[in-house]
Amino acid sequence: MPDQLIFAMEVTINGLLNGVMYALVALGFVLIFKASGIFNYAQGVMALFAAMTLVGIQQGRVPFGHLINEIFGTDVHYFGWEVPALAAILLTVVVMLAFAVLVQKFVFKHLVGQEPIILFMATIGLAYFLEGVSDLMWGSEIRNMDVGLPQGINDAIDAATFEIFGYGFFIDNLDISAAIIAAILVGGLIAFAQYTKQGRAMRAVADDHQAALSVGIKLNYVWVLVWTLAGIVALVAGIMWGSKSGVQFSLSLIALKALPVLMLGGFTSIPGAIVGGLIIGMGEALFEFSIGPMIGGATENWFAYVLALVFLVFRPQGLFGEKIIERV
Amino acid sequence: MKKLATFAVAGVMAAGPALADLVIPDLHYRTGPYAAGGIPFSDGYQDYFNLLNARDGGIGGETVRIVSCETAYNTERGVECYESTKGEGALVYQPLSTGITYQLIPRATADGIPLHTMGYGRTSAANGDVFSHVFNYPANYWDAASVIINQLLEENGGSLEGKTITLLYHNSAYGREPIRTLETLSEMHGFELSQLAVDHPGQEQGNQWLTIRRERPDYVVMWGWGVMNQVAVQEAINTRFPMENFIGNWWAGADHDVAQAGADAAGYRALNMNRLGDMPVFDEIRTHVHEAGLAAGDGTNVGSVLYTRGMYAAMLAAEAIRTAQEIHGVAAITPAMMRDGMEALEITNARMEELGMPMIGPEFAVSCEDHGGTGMAIMTQWNGTEWVTLTDFIAPDDSVTQPLIEEDSAQFAAENNISSQCGES
Repeated sequence: MPDQLIFAMEVTINGLLNGVMYALVALGFVLIFKASGIFNYAQGVMALFAAMTLVGIQQGRVPFGHLINEIFGTDVHYFGWEVPALAAILLTVVVMLAFAVLVQKFVFKHLVGQEPIILFMATIGLAYFLEGVSDLMWGSEIRNMDVGLPQGINDAIDAATFEIFGYGFFIDNLDISAAIIAAILVGGLIAFAQYTKQGRAMRAVADDHQAALSVGIKLNYVWVLVWTLAGIVALVAGIMWGSKSGVQFSLSLIALKALPVLMLGGFTSIPGAIVGGLIIGMGEALFEFSIGPMIGGATENWFAYVLALVFLVFRPQGLFGEKIIERV
Repeated sequence: MKKLATFAVAGVMAAGPALADLVIPDLHYRTGPYAAGGIPFSDGYQDYFNLLNARDGGIGGETVRIVSCETAYNTERGVECYESTKGEGALVYQPLSTGITYQLIPRATADGIPLHTMGYGRTSAANGDVFSHVFNYPANYWDAASVIINQLLEENGGSLEGKTITLLYHNSAYGREPIRTLETLSEMHGFELSQLAVDHPGQEQGNQWLTIRRERPDYVVMWGWGVMNQVAVQEAINTRFPMENFIGNWWAGADHDVAQAGADAAGYRALNMNRLGDMPVFDEIRTHVHEAGLAAGDGTNVGSVLYTRGMYAAMLAAEAIRTAQEIHGVAAITPAMMRDGMEALEITNARMEELGMPMIGPEFAVSCEDHGGTGMAIMTQWNGTEWVTLTDFIAPDDSVTQPLIEEDSAQFAAENNISSQCGES
């Protein structure tokens, strides 16, 4: 088999796994958009905030330590204990739940019935506010993320592919973990939506707010639920991306990678987010591999958008999005 | 009416800044994607001036007043910071951003305020005959590229013939700076140079590292900043690239760049324009600044790579102020006098020793023609827990960098109709 073909296979697999990482971010957008029609610009910052909170709890940091020290002239930074990863994750979920309640109570409850663009603008404000709170609460320094996920080349795949092709494929253990976690997450979300009372209420609100209200479903409750789920998805994305680079401000920029995924997969479909992520991940990797060297490389960022635009031209609602038919 | 006017003037004088202060703006970035690098540098920069105020009562009897402005490493905000602070009598700007530097060069020159772009910014600004108000001592990017190649020559018995070197660079003006120098050096020394660009912010480098893994270059040289550095180090570990053959420039060798990878990153090397390690001045800072509650940060950065560099930058500014005071015989100097001080600056080992930072940088003297210093740098290595110094200061190959500086600055002079600055003086 020609070397280039073998390399292309390796690039394709890595691209698909990268796509899973993109899909993890896109999922959060889909959940909120589907249930409330809000395009949540703050999803990337939520990933940053969730990851910072997780690491802060794990390391026993005093939240708002800098602020407290500045105001009271104290010198407190740590509580003096460390929290195991699993307990810290659970506590972070509680924090994301509290965040969802606060967002609903102080922002979106007052914006019910407003135009989508107003809701979108509100999420922009929320993003910058959360960015500032995150800095104040945990500081701007890079934090180490360590929840025990394996990282580095998978030796078994390396050896097996070497046996077959005479060239060992590089597959990162972290990417494999991300794929497994994403599968569990999507399976869990689908099961939740299909088989639980709360999930059915969520679907009802997603289908028709007015009809859901008329049968006694509490809109506030469902929106808090959805924002909490989006917070959990943000936490998972934050853990995965943070394990690669450490937890830092740049995590909030991963939202930019979710946009082409959403354009391609549709804003309302969970499978769409996954498939969209896979197509974007694979497409940009293969483009960079085949065309990138001829045009100076670093094509990943813009090519993802070009690919999404091409899909938009032929299918504006995305691959799995609901076609909007408005009759006059 | 007269009384009213008197009160108004008195009020303005009371509320306004003390004009006799030595005003040093700190265009820092403590927020945004590059905050992890901006915070320790700014802490070091401010703490040294705070030390001079607390211990010596300032410089030459004049206190230093730091004017902080947050740029978030954003060029537009950096320019706004410059415009909003220059009126306070700013003596010198240290923008810590190549993008901001490029925007400030014409403005600061027109306003008569010097810029110190230490190891960043426009490399050809080393030519003082063209760039009258820009100083990039002690070293610039082209020096850095040349120093890395000189070190590799030293390690390879004086020849890089047949070797392959990959430049992994931030896809920005900053990241592209060394390409020309490396291309020239590649022709000169017979090594094969390949280039891999990484887009801002640098969170994704999977494809670049797959390429490196396939092509197995002998060395990877990195021109990175921010998250790009941490991801690159992790990817190098993941792909099992020999870490000692992975070399960053001086903006890719800070503590936070390797903290996430920790012991796994042992062997990774990076240039530095200043020496690392404990120095007497740190104790002075702890005593007079931190214990007195005057610190810029929380004290955790003292002695770190970028803190030390920020402090070194402040020392160079303070020494230029002293020089200006001596030249002009006044303590309350103006920006024009500061420029004269920077142009006559001479840093000696004896003086560095006296300041409590022995051998922190190379000895150098600035002149009207040469605003760039010696260009020397040291090679450091991450041993798994801390950065250690591997070499003494290594000189660049001036026969390569100087013609490039002259060519680029001549082009700038022609485009901007600048005549010889040194010839006129």
